[in-house]
Amino acid sequence: MNREAAISLLIAAGLLAAPLLGNAFDEPFVITLATKVAILGLAGTGLNIALGYGGMVSLGHAAFFGLGGYVAGILASHALNYEPLFTAPLLVEGTTQMLIIWPVAIVVSGVAALVIGALSLRTTGVFFIMITLAFAQMVYYFAISWPAYGGEDGLSIYIRSEFPGLNTLNPLHFFAICYVLLILAIGFSFLLSQSRFGLALGGARQNAQRLATVGISPFRVKLTAFVISGMMAGLAGALYADLNRFVSPSMLSWHTSGEIMVFVILGGTRRLFGPAAGAALYIVLENTLGDVSEHWLLLLGALLVALVLFARGGVIGILAGQTRHA
Amino acid sequence: MPEPILQTEKLSKRFGAVVASDAVTLDLVAGEIHALIGPNGAGKSTVIKQVAGEIRQDSGSIRFAGRDIGRLDMVARARLGLARTFQVSSIAPEFSALQNVMLAVQSVERKTFRFLKPARSDTSLKEQAMSHLVRLLLDDRAEIRAGDLSHGEKRALEIAIALALRPKAFLLDEPMAGMGPENTAKLIEILDGLRTEAPILLVEHDMDAVFALADRISVIVYGRIIASGTPEQIRANEEVRRAYLGDEGHDGAA
Amino acid sequence: MTVSLIVEQLLNGLQFGFMLFLMAAGLTLIFGVMGLINLAHGSFYMIGAFACAAVAAATGSYWVGLAASLAAAAAAGALVEVAVIRRLYRRDHLDQVLATFALILVFSEGTRWVFGSFPLYLTVPDFLSGPVALPGGIDYPLFRFAIILIGLVIAVGLFLLIARTRLGIRIRAGESDREMIAALGVDIRKLYTTVFAIGAALAGLAGALVGTIQSVQVGMGEPVLILAFVVIIIGGLGSIVGALVSAILVGLADTLGRFLLPVAFDTFMDSSTANNVGSALASMLIYILMALVLFLRPTGLFGTRAH
Repeated sequence: MNREAAISLLIAAGLLAAPLLGNAFDEPFVITLATKVAILGLAGTGLNIALGYGGMVSLGHAAFFGLGGYVAGILASHALNYEPLFTAPLLVEGTTQMLIIWPVAIVVSGVAALVIGALSLRTTGVFFIMITLAFAQMVYYFAISWPAYGGEDGLSIYIRSEFPGLNTLNPLHFFAICYVLLILAIGFSFLLSQSRFGLALGGARQNAQRLATVGISPFRVKLTAFVISGMMAGLAGALYADLNRFVSPSMLSWHTSGEIMVFVILGGTRRLFGPAAGAALYIVLENTLGDVSEHWLLLLGALLVALVLFARGGVIGILAGQTRHA
Repeated sequence: MPEPILQTEKLSKRFGAVVASDAVTLDLVAGEIHALIGPNGAGKSTVIKQVAGEIRQDSGSIRFAGRDIGRLDMVARARLGLARTFQVSSIAPEFSALQNVMLAVQSVERKTFRFLKPARSDTSLKEQAMSHLVRLLLDDRAEIRAGDLSHGEKRALEIAIALALRPKAFLLDEPMAGMGPENTAKLIEILDGLRTEAPILLVEHDMDAVFALADRISVIVYGRIIASGTPEQIRANEEVRRAYLGDEGHDGAA
Repeated sequence: MTVSLIVEQLLNGLQFGFMLFLMAAGLTLIFGVMGLINLAHGSFYMIGAFACAAVAAATGSYWVGLAASLAAAAAAGALVEVAVIRRLYRRDHLDQVLATFALILVFSEGTRWVFGSFPLYLTVPDFLSGPVALPGGIDYPLFRFAIILIGLVIAVGLFLLIARTRLGIRIRAGESDREMIAALGVDIRKLYTTVFAIGAALAGLAGALVGTIQSVQVGMGEPVLILAFVVIIIGGLGSIVGALVSAILVGLADTLGRFLLPVAFDTFMDSSTANNVGSALASMLIYILMALVLFLRPTGLFGTRAH
């Protein structure tokens, strides 16, 4: 087993152990933090497919994350007040079943990623960054100015959605759901990266002209990856809304996009467990630096600048003793 | 003469005031190597780029394998069977040589959108890719990172990738560029054998290679074909001699 | 709806457009010359506004405050360029995005540390307060009118700077060929610092001017930054003319959209729905415009280079 695999296993085990210990020592806050890490790690794992494997620097993944959140919030709010979402052409009612909410969140964020990706991928490089950022901002402003679902104030979810056979209000149960989804997403990323599609995606990242010359459309390959990436972020968003029992435009804000990107880079792009490690580190920093100073973001910013300038390859890169950063 | 596989008709392209291609009409028939020669900046690569679909002609048409391809993009033309190599090697540098060829093989199989099965354990995919590396004498370099290959090996890798596309025609843009005499000799031998698989439109500066390989030669100067014929005819052509001599000293025209 | 109201909205749009231009011009210059995407550009906008507010309050002079906004933003720009940005030119866009995103955290949190979380307010100087009477009996706030003029003057000045001065020649040379300009013996580091500082100063000035009619608070630069990106996408990268035309287009579309769309929808639906739909659509209008431009002309209206 190489060092990266060993470190990955350690991260997976550590993330599983933290809430169990938290439970044993009666520190429920630790369980919440671990759940947050799992969910944000899932969003980062999604972004890693676009950004790491596909080389698409998306600064707009908050749009998919937030849409997933709003799907959960909107469906739950309709379930609560027994008002159907639509009556025509067919009756669509709200629901609090995760097994319904997740596919809807995945489809909605996937469609959004398809539209945003199809337009953004007409360009590359710095334009791609600015355009994904701008489209996410559009969704953000829409959420603010559309009053039906709380507008600027957001939308509360009064009852956490349900999962058959589990008590989602039990923090450990809810953590287990998020953790399993995270591991599944990482497993899927692994298979994807090793597959024929992964090969084509790597080709598109390294040299789009080469890929086109062998008759594979870089646009289609990248767009497919972008949609998969957005879907994962959307699923994470639905979980995040359930964790907080609240969804607001801040989930859609560009700070959220930036943070998801920070998780990925902090952990190391194209590292399977990189985003989860990055999210964990970020949450730990937030809570330790937050104790030191209320201006902890200043310290975090300085730390990130230092990381970019002096330590390339992310945390896993440093731990695995190899810097890789293309 | 048999029906040509590739036929350009009055292909023209201007970049601002510069005429890069001026009514270029040429064809490529089965079994031949058709070399395109001319001084630097004469527009040889521009012809290749137009045929491959990298740049769009201002006017004129391109027929390939019985259809008009003048409005198709690079991807579509490659899928129809046009295999192109670049003047400056264009490879996926982080992939191994083998992976670079595997991309072409999976493209031909039309099986790119497979998400879960590891490509690495796909023995048919690997074996096919390997067979093309073998032909270019690269089999012992298969697992080397393509970016770490030597210059000559990169040139050969590009041809292996082109070969893997099972093309109906090759477009080779200066395959010998920057190669030593030994490698050039090896490559001449390989290209010589390639023409029976698919005809080759060859842009090349190495005149020894051109005259050793070409069945037909077209000479292009200032974007215009001034002569076309067998190597003997070209060697004897007065206008060609004059154009080359006259152009000496100011080759810089882009 | 009266003509004067429409004229007022038109002028508001123009004023907004010029402020966007000040932001977008700096961004596009910095990208054009150094190839850098700078997310922290909005921070200079904020720094300019805070410097103006603080100095105006301390000295009692708005004009000293305005000068301070230019100086503070330029100084912050130069400092950041030397300390951080300079090391990013040769890096990929991902590193640039992450580092400049981190710089936003530093600047925003630093500003909050010094000035606290409450917004500051600037007072319009006496001789620019009150309305100006425009032809046709239209009253328009004099200060906003002055902003339009200042924007116009700066736009013209910037064109002259780039077209006529030695610095402009170097900037244009830097845009077309980075190696050559170094070979010509121009001190490229100094040039980069200068360009960065100029871009920052323009942003700082915009922040101070807009801060005077709105409020001065942490994070004020970020929405403007994203709008400036939209301006650049529509106008085309590296084109100052494109940035100007596009900035005014975006300024007008946004302002008029917010004003006209709810009114327009009101003609065929009930007024509360019309207001909701209209204002939601208005908030997305310029992004829809951007999508349209991308669809029809991916290089932007004035973009020459492929992205």
